[in-house]
Amino acid sequence: MSRFEINLMLLAGIAITCCAALPFMTEGFYLTLAVNIALYIALCTAWTLFSGPTHLVSLATAAFFGIGIYATAIGIEYLPFPLAILCGGLAGALFAAAVGAMTLRLSGVYFVIFTLGLAELARQIVTYLQTKIFGSIGLFVLTDHTEGDLFYYLLALIVAIFVTGWLIGRSRLGFAMRVIGNDELVAKHFGIEVARSKIILFVISGGFIAMAGAIMAPRYAYVEPASAFNATMSFMVVIMALLGGTRRLWGPLVGVVPFTIVTDFISANFPEHINIMIGLAFLLIVYLLKDGVSGLIDKAMRTRRGTRLQGAKS
Amino acid sequence: MTTPILQIDYLRKEFGGLVAVNDVSFAVAEGELLGLIGPNGSGKTTTMNLISGAMPATAGTIRLDGQSISELTAAAISRAGVARTFQLVRILPEMSAIENVIAGGVYSRANRWGPEAETRARELLARVGLEERSELALSAMTYIDQKRVELARALAADPRLLLLDEWLAGLNPTELQMAIGLIRSIHDEGMTIIMVEHVMDAIRSLCDRCVVMSSGTKIGEGATADVLSDPHVMAAYLGEE
Repeated sequence: MSRFEINLMLLAGIAITCCAALPFMTEGFYLTLAVNIALYIALCTAWTLFSGPTHLVSLATAAFFGIGIYATAIGIEYLPFPLAILCGGLAGALFAAAVGAMTLRLSGVYFVIFTLGLAELARQIVTYLQTKIFGSIGLFVLTDHTEGDLFYYLLALIVAIFVTGWLIGRSRLGFAMRVIGNDELVAKHFGIEVARSKIILFVISGGFIAMAGAIMAPRYAYVEPASAFNATMSFMVVIMALLGGTRRLWGPLVGVVPFTIVTDFISANFPEHINIMIGLAFLLIVYLLKDGVSGLIDKAMRTRRGTRLQGAKS
Repeated sequence: MTTPILQIDYLRKEFGGLVAVNDVSFAVAEGELLGLIGPNGSGKTTTMNLISGAMPATAGTIRLDGQSISELTAAAISRAGVARTFQLVRILPEMSAIENVIAGGVYSRANRWGPEAETRARELLARVGLEERSELALSAMTYIDQKRVELARALAADPRLLLLDEWLAGLNPTELQMAIGLIRSIHDEGMTIIMVEHVMDAIRSLCDRCVVMSSGTKIGEGATADVLSDPHVMAAYLGEE
């Protein structure tokens, strides 16, 4: 482990401790905002695990998230909350495996369109099953979990996602994903099973997103398909992750925090204009910030190191 | 005679109505350096693509060490021991030279990972003369250096059979001499190689034997000097009157 990595881990440790103290210091508005930020950090980082190296834009976030919510909504009657969350993750992973096996041989645009339809498909299936089997549209999720509890669960999930991402980055699979992202044809010609590698990453990413949904279920209190499978969430995750940059594991972090705060401010004060803002932000990021904020930071650090080296030479 | 490393029988590839490879058969013995030559559009690169599994053949069989590989995917063929370079250089632009070379061995026949993979990659980079540029991103390298990395990457796969698709194209005379020396030294160590090439000097000085293709058909095969003086082959290259 390099010194840089040790420093990074220390920094992460301090950050996590500070975050863990948050629910003791505040409640109400700021805690709700913190939960939102933590939620989107979990979602965007999990999204980046798959979409970062493969450069495939997945709009399936809402589908996995909704599956997670339903796992808790159904499971909470029979299982303790943490177990319900794990079941949600498992359900999301299974769904990702089935969908991945069908679609990950598709390339580029076709994959994006398919994943966009996926949340709607899941919503229709759940609506159909509920009205046929349970005779009602919604489900009550009644727990005594507070906003603070949800925050801790999300914090634990974020740590799990980061550790997983770090391990993947050091593994053969992570290396194979980078080769695939660079040139798929070369990957195939050097023994890499491209479709299988993508499916494994999609399963891991989908499982984590579903777990985030399972954790958030108590906040909904009453779950119905239209609120659980909300396509806007898929777009929000893409925008925030791209704003932060997807080349680094920590990239989404720097996108999520400011974006969540600004979105919250605008939706509170100008609720009619939130979609315009999201659209504009999307355009600006795609045109001006190709590698996101983390890309800019990387570039600045490289330039600084470059000038320092030049200075040393002269 | 022992089993050849590569045995191709009645290989055929059609693109719609166009027959790019028309019932071509030939074999390559272990340790041989075979030249695959012919005018542009004669089906040489398509033949290479069929051997490496980049596309499926319409008909015919390809056997590596006696085992059919015609039905296998490119990835499986790589694990069986075929490695290649590409006619138009294909590098991993966002990765460094050393990572490009490591990539050749991670999932292929070599199945090498970790410190061992890095050591081997450094050896190979030194072999192609790039030991001092190993950390450079490939997008920042010159064309010739990218070609060298491509060769090192193919060697990192520990191939039984190495396919070089116009690896010498676009080099200046000095670079060409260096490159011919490099291929010869790899061949001298026992590597079996098929090279598609237009540089006739290189074919003459390197290849024991040549297969000549024209319009998808094999029109000649034999010792290099004989093939190159064959009137049919000359006619295919220079055009008939």
